[in-house]
Amino acid sequence: MAKKKLKVRASGKKGYAVVKAILFHPMETGLRKSKETGEVIPAHYIQEVTVKHEDAEVIKVNMGIAVSKNPYLSVEIDGAAKGDKITIAWLDNLGESASTEVSVS
Amino acid sequence: MNNQRRSFLRKSMAGSLVAVSVASGLLTPSHVLAAWPKAAFDSTSVKDAMMGLLGTESFEETNQIKLRTPDIAENGSVVPVTVKTKITGVESISIFALENARPLAISADMSAKARPVLATRIKLGKTSKVVAVVRANGKLFGATKTIKVTLGGCGG
Repeated sequence: MAKKKLKVRASGKKGYAVVKAILFHPMETGLRKSKETGEVIPAHYIQEVTVKHEDAEVIKVNMGIAVSKNPYLSVEIDGAAKGDKITIAWLDNLGESASTEVSVS
Repeated sequence: MNNQRRSFLRKSMAGSLVAVSVASGLLTPSHVLAAWPKAAFDSTSVKDAMMGLLGTESFEETNQIKLRTPDIAENGSVVPVTVKTKITGVESISIFALENARPLAISADMSAKARPVLATRIKLGKTSKVVAVVRANGKLFGATKTIKVTLGGCGG
């Protein structure tokens, strides 16, 4: 199996759920230069993250290059109860993507 | 009439059109998925970034938005930022780092079911003002905070 690309935890509170995610990604800005060769390291960063609750899109996050490496994201969803399905997916500028599904605990 | 010849001609024309658009960069993957506001994220000035994303650069400064960040960030490549607001009907939350080479860091579109909270970590090239802009009911509200960076996060 490939390296894990995202880690998500959804914890249920009263009437809502807190979704915390770490997306494993280099988030290269395309502005940095390699120390050895002096060449610009091409940009490689996540552009879109979607958060779904029971297959309905709740939040769509657009990211730029100023988001830190291995982006951390925390959002809250109203009305998400224990056992509900939360899906998080990301897509980067090179067309790579990953998604995962968790249930609210 | 020779139907086969017709359709062959049509197809080859369509084919060359596609090839032309690919060559001119019209059909690169990032363009097909046009939902991502490329112009806003690529712009190097705060004004262009705000105009591109929100359509205006003016917003109402308010204390209804809580922008929680460290006052001093030792490492500019990982600066935790939390935006929280009591404003209702929030449509989007965006974070701008004014001194960065690309000021727009992140923007989240919220549906009615999302609580108006966004926490993430951003990079800051140097000491900078960070602005959180919240769009609610078609209006823009903002909160500003200065974060002091002792070690930059955008390259050396």
